[in-house]
Amino acid sequence: MDVTFWGTRGSLPTPTTAEQMREKAKTLLRAADGRAFADDAEMDAFLDGQPFWARGGYGGDTPCIEVGLAGDEHLICDFGSGARRLGNDMLGRFGPEAGQTYHVLMSHLHWDHIMGFPFFPPAYIPGNRIIVYGCHDDLESSFRRQHQAPNFPVDFSLLGARIEFRKIATGATVDIAGAKVTPKLQLHAGDSYGYRIEAEGASFVYSSDSEHRIEDDHAAQGFVDFFRDADLVVFDAMYSLADAVSVKEDWGHSSNIIGVELCQRAGARQIALFHHEPVYDDQRIDDLLADTRRYEEIRRDAYPDHPPLQVVAAYDGLTISL
Amino acid sequence: MELSEKRFGAVVAVGASGQVDHHSADDFQKALEPYLANCAAGKDAIVVDMADVDYVSSVGLRVLLMASKRAAAQQGKIAVAAMQPNVAEVFRISQFNRILAAYDTVDAAVAELQA
Repeated sequence: MDVTFWGTRGSLPTPTTAEQMREKAKTLLRAADGRAFADDAEMDAFLDGQPFWARGGYGGDTPCIEVGLAGDEHLICDFGSGARRLGNDMLGRFGPEAGQTYHVLMSHLHWDHIMGFPFFPPAYIPGNRIIVYGCHDDLESSFRRQHQAPNFPVDFSLLGARIEFRKIATGATVDIAGAKVTPKLQLHAGDSYGYRIEAEGASFVYSSDSEHRIEDDHAAQGFVDFFRDADLVVFDAMYSLADAVSVKEDWGHSSNIIGVELCQRAGARQIALFHHEPVYDDQRIDDLLADTRRYEEIRRDAYPDHPPLQVVAAYDGLTISL
Repeated sequence: MELSEKRFGAVVAVGASGQVDHHSADDFQKALEPYLANCAAGKDAIVVDMADVDYVSSVGLRVLLMASKRAAAQQGKIAVAAMQPNVAEVFRISQFNRILAAYDTVDAAVAELQA
C-alpha cells in the first residue's frame, strides 16, 4: 500500500508567497556561501542537507490522499484542492482514453474537503467511473450544489463520468477497491468520519478534522482501538494543545500532542501530522515536526512493549509505502 | 496524590510529585481542590511546585488549565514553578507557556504573586 498526499493543508488552499520564496532562496544561498557545484548530483546532495522548509515545503493544497493498491481501481480520501493535481497525474499515468474507476472516501463535506472535485479532470471524461462514499445524508446534494450557479460554471449534470454516491455506516466494515474500510464518527461541526483501511497486510487510518476532548478518556479509548497497531495514522494536528483546549476549543481540530499520545497508546507505527494550519509557514511546520518528535521521545519509555512511533509531517507530494 | 504545602504569607506553594498523566490526573485535581476553593481576591495565591514531577501529559496540563480558569474566575492568582527539564519542554511544546504563568523557581513565583 502506497499512501500519497496530494493535499495536506487545512481549511483553505495556502500558496507560498513571493516573499516566502525569497526567504528560502536567501537561506540556501547563505548556506552555499559561494560554493560552485560540479553537477546536479552535487547540488542535490547539498540541498538534501538543508532544512526542509528552505529546500522544499509542505504545500498548500487542501486534503486529498491517494491510497495506492495493487488492483486496477483507485482509492482516494477526500476531494480537497489536491484532487486537481491527482486528477492530472492520473490522466498522465493512464491517458484520457482508458476509463478508470475511482473510489473516494469522504471524511465530511466542508468546503476544503470537496472543493477539488470540480477541478478533478477525470470527472469530465466519459468512460470514467467515480464512486463517492460517505456517512452523511447530504453527501450527493453537497457535491451537486457545489456545481450550481453561481458557485461554478459547469453544472453537475454535464460531467461526463459516471458518478455514484453510496452512503456507508459506522459499526461495519465494507469492501472497497480490494480494501477493508471501517468508518468512525469523529467530533467535528456537522460530524466527520475517520477511515481505517486494511489491505495487502497493511493498515492505514485517515483521521482528519477530528477534535479530541482531553477529559473524555472513554472517547480517547475508542480512538486508541481505532488506531490499534496501525502502520500509519494521518492525524489532524492543526493547533497547539494550548489553543485546542482554550481559545480554539470546539473548533473541531486537534494537536500534535494528542496525536502522539493516542498513537503511542495504540501501538501505531507512524503518525503523519496533517491538516496544517494555514497561518503556519513551512519553517513553523518544520519546528512543529521537531517538537512532536521530541514529545514522542520524552514519552517513549512509558510504552516499552510498543514499537517507537515514527513522526512525519505530511506534505503535498509525499508518498509513504506501508 | 498528596500535595506538600509551604506557606509564604498569602501565597501557598503546593508540591506535586511523580507522573501527572491519565492515571493520576483525577487525584491531582482532587488534591488541588481545597487550595483552589481558597484561591480568590484577598485570599490565597497558589504556586504549583513541579520540582518532583517527572512527567506531565495532556491530561495533567488540562488540570492546570482548569485550575487557572477557576482561579481567574475567582480573581485569584496561580502559577507553576520549578519544572524539571522534560516537563518544561512539554510545557513549551504544548505552548502552555503562553497561557499559564511559569517560573524557574518557587521563590521567583512567590515573589511575583506577592507583588
